[in-house]
Amino acid sequence: MKSLCEFTRNCGSEHDDVTTPGIVFLVRPVKVPSRGCLRNICRRVARSSYGAILAILLAFVGFPEKASAIPAFAKKTGLRCSACHEAWPKLNAFGQAFRDNGYQIGNERDSPIYASPLYWPAGVRYTPQWHRERNSAEATNQSATGVQPVSTQGFDLSGIDLWFAGLLAKNISFVVLPSSDEYANFHLESGWVRFDNLMKSPWLNLKAGKFELDTVVSEKRMLTLSQVGGTYQMYHFLPLIDPKASATTPVAAGETGVSTTGFGLGDNQLGLELGGHSHNDYTRYTVSLLSSSDGSVNLPTSKGYDTYMDVSQSVMVNRLGPQTFGAFNYIGQSPTRYLTQTPAGGGAPANIAGSGYGNRDFTRTGGYALLSAKKLDVVPMFMHATESADIALGIPSNEATPKGVQNPSWNGRMLELYYTENLQFIVIARYEDIRDSRQVFASSISNFGDMDVETIAVRWMPFMHSRAGLAICPEYSKLHQIGASATQTNQTLSSAFIGLDFAF
Amino acid sequence: MKAFLRSSMYVGIIAIGVGVCAGAQQAHPSKLAGDFAAGKEEFPRYCNGCHGIRGDGKGTVAPYLDPKPRDYTMGIFKCRSTPTGTLPTDEDLYDTMTRGFVTAAMPPWAPLPPQTRMDIVEYLKGFSPRFANEAPGIPIVIPVESAVTVSSIKQGEELYQKLLCAKCHGARGHGDGPDAPTLVNVKHEPLPPYDFTVTNRFKCGETNSDLYRTFMTGMDGSPMLSYADKLTSDQGWHLVHYVRTLQVARKNKGNSVLAPAVGQKSIAPSQQ
Repeated sequence: MKSLCEFTRNCGSEHDDVTTPGIVFLVRPVKVPSRGCLRNICRRVARSSYGAILAILLAFVGFPEKASAIPAFAKKTGLRCSACHEAWPKLNAFGQAFRDNGYQIGNERDSPIYASPLYWPAGVRYTPQWHRERNSAEATNQSATGVQPVSTQGFDLSGIDLWFAGLLAKNISFVVLPSSDEYANFHLESGWVRFDNLMKSPWLNLKAGKFELDTVVSEKRMLTLSQVGGTYQMYHFLPLIDPKASATTPVAAGETGVSTTGFGLGDNQLGLELGGHSHNDYTRYTVSLLSSSDGSVNLPTSKGYDTYMDVSQSVMVNRLGPQTFGAFNYIGQSPTRYLTQTPAGGGAPANIAGSGYGNRDFTRTGGYALLSAKKLDVVPMFMHATESADIALGIPSNEATPKGVQNPSWNGRMLELYYTENLQFIVIARYEDIRDSRQVFASSISNFGDMDVETIAVRWMPFMHSRAGLAICPEYSKLHQIGASATQTNQTLSSAFIGLDFAF
Repeated sequence: MKAFLRSSMYVGIIAIGVGVCAGAQQAHPSKLAGDFAAGKEEFPRYCNGCHGIRGDGKGTVAPYLDPKPRDYTMGIFKCRSTPTGTLPTDEDLYDTMTRGFVTAAMPPWAPLPPQTRMDIVEYLKGFSPRFANEAPGIPIVIPVESAVTVSSIKQGEELYQKLLCAKCHGARGHGDGPDAPTLVNVKHEPLPPYDFTVTNRFKCGETNSDLYRTFMTGMDGSPMLSYADKLTSDQGWHLVHYVRTLQVARKNKGNSVLAPAVGQKSIAPSQQ
């Protein structure tokens, strides 16, 4: 079995010093370089005898870092949370327009010079919680079959988000978001400056730094928080490698066992974003140029760039309000080879951070709609993803792709429902499935790694104010994946959760 | 670059498709009928925080706001198309909500669907018994604007002095006239006069017609009176043309007329 430190060798070094716990019942803390690298680790672990459990848990449910409502804005504008949020942190049309306009309302009191000297553009979000996690096929030495159901439960803490966001001057907005894990190990989740309304046009806004991609169906502002239900799986899914098929299709000549991307569409990325919108915010676009590092700092991969684009259009339907339709496309690349250097004291050659080359492509293309009918919001989303087999298996670009190996592709579908009974009570239900349309190994069973996820949650906000928010959020989520256990049996993960999500 | 072009092509095709399908036409408010029940549902989401659950301007954040939020129970509104002392039309309230108030906490609620805005208008009318007992006033007629000329601006300046506008708004329109510190609204809350130099907009709109209308209807509940019985329509436009020159936040027609006439870059009074 490979050690975890081996797994991290492609992820650079300077950002390897953050420790994050694994899922609670896996006991052992995992050395974590970054979220992107974590998923890289997960994919490698999935192919090791360590089993797929850790990979799935870490890759799909372990990183529910959230952006959130920003009480700093409510404090400044005097508006209640509900003015901008359907239920915080999920934006409504007014909140989206406020965000798109560079955190400016447009009443000539937006600039910091109009704010009180006591105004400090800061907010905090934190979520004490009780939760229960269950894995139907945890790998364990005590089981004759190698796996057995394991569950755990108890009181727990979330990480903390420290939001600093506002305006530096008229039409220059910013966000700085230090975020920690449960152990208060901080990283910079987000940090950017945006030049708004360039040439006095809402169609030209330029953002630079680390930011959430303009995914209108935002994972950072979702209302579910549990380990299983706290992410959109399709934003992070990477194909499972079938060990049985791998055994019958030798790839030893080229395979290094290194997955070269840990990309997640929900991960914050580093780069530039040019965006714009119509005056009524019904038509929106963004084009982003991003470092091919999945948001990891210190240029750990190569000098390549990715692109992301999103365009959406709202159509006014009287009585029902605006109905939004949109599409996105991400084209990324990831190196398959690195320059290496043998350490002075000897040992295995280590990759030189940033020296990656032999890039291969991956894509994410999808469409979504935000449909509204009185108290019911319906959000369907579809995504098609492709990836080079060289990326999936870590095959260096100078080696031929083995026979029987193909570029994997998969489709994700999601249907999300929000029922807003009133300002302070909202019910959320989500179904998501992911189907592999082409396996990495042609000999794999066609549905290996396919996934189904169901989530239901309630978010109750007992009071509503512009200076603080509290939400009590019970939630249940279940994820079922084919062949995902260490013994390639099907695996079901479930989370029961109740948290006190508060911000001030 | 190849990836970028490919990505551009995909999204471009989608954008064109979406654009073709876009029917983002907003219904004109005159064609909408407000729904009281629907407005009651929406009012707490957007309005309660400032205007209060009873519409009395005593929302939870009202103590921190300056100027204070409107008290709907009084049935007195600043921005109307109707004569002073009368109730506004639904469209007036709709336009106010859409436009917001510059230099006040009231945001422009334009991103809300027109029907939602009209529903809220219908609901907030219920806070005052006036709406149940009186009909809205008849909107004033705004005559065709006279030409913006140096002469018109000059006459406007004379009217500005004659009507004592400077006592509140100041000689240069900064809102710093000698009476400014003493001004209060109908609830005896301090209400500083408008500073024309801050922005190119006015409280009740941004066009010349909006300003003309404000002169003629006044802003009920505030010290800004109606000048309908003091100004002819031509004088009203002269005053509009002059006040425009006080706005130095951006180029405007008044200033652009003045500049070539006097042969210098700008002779806006507040820049002299």
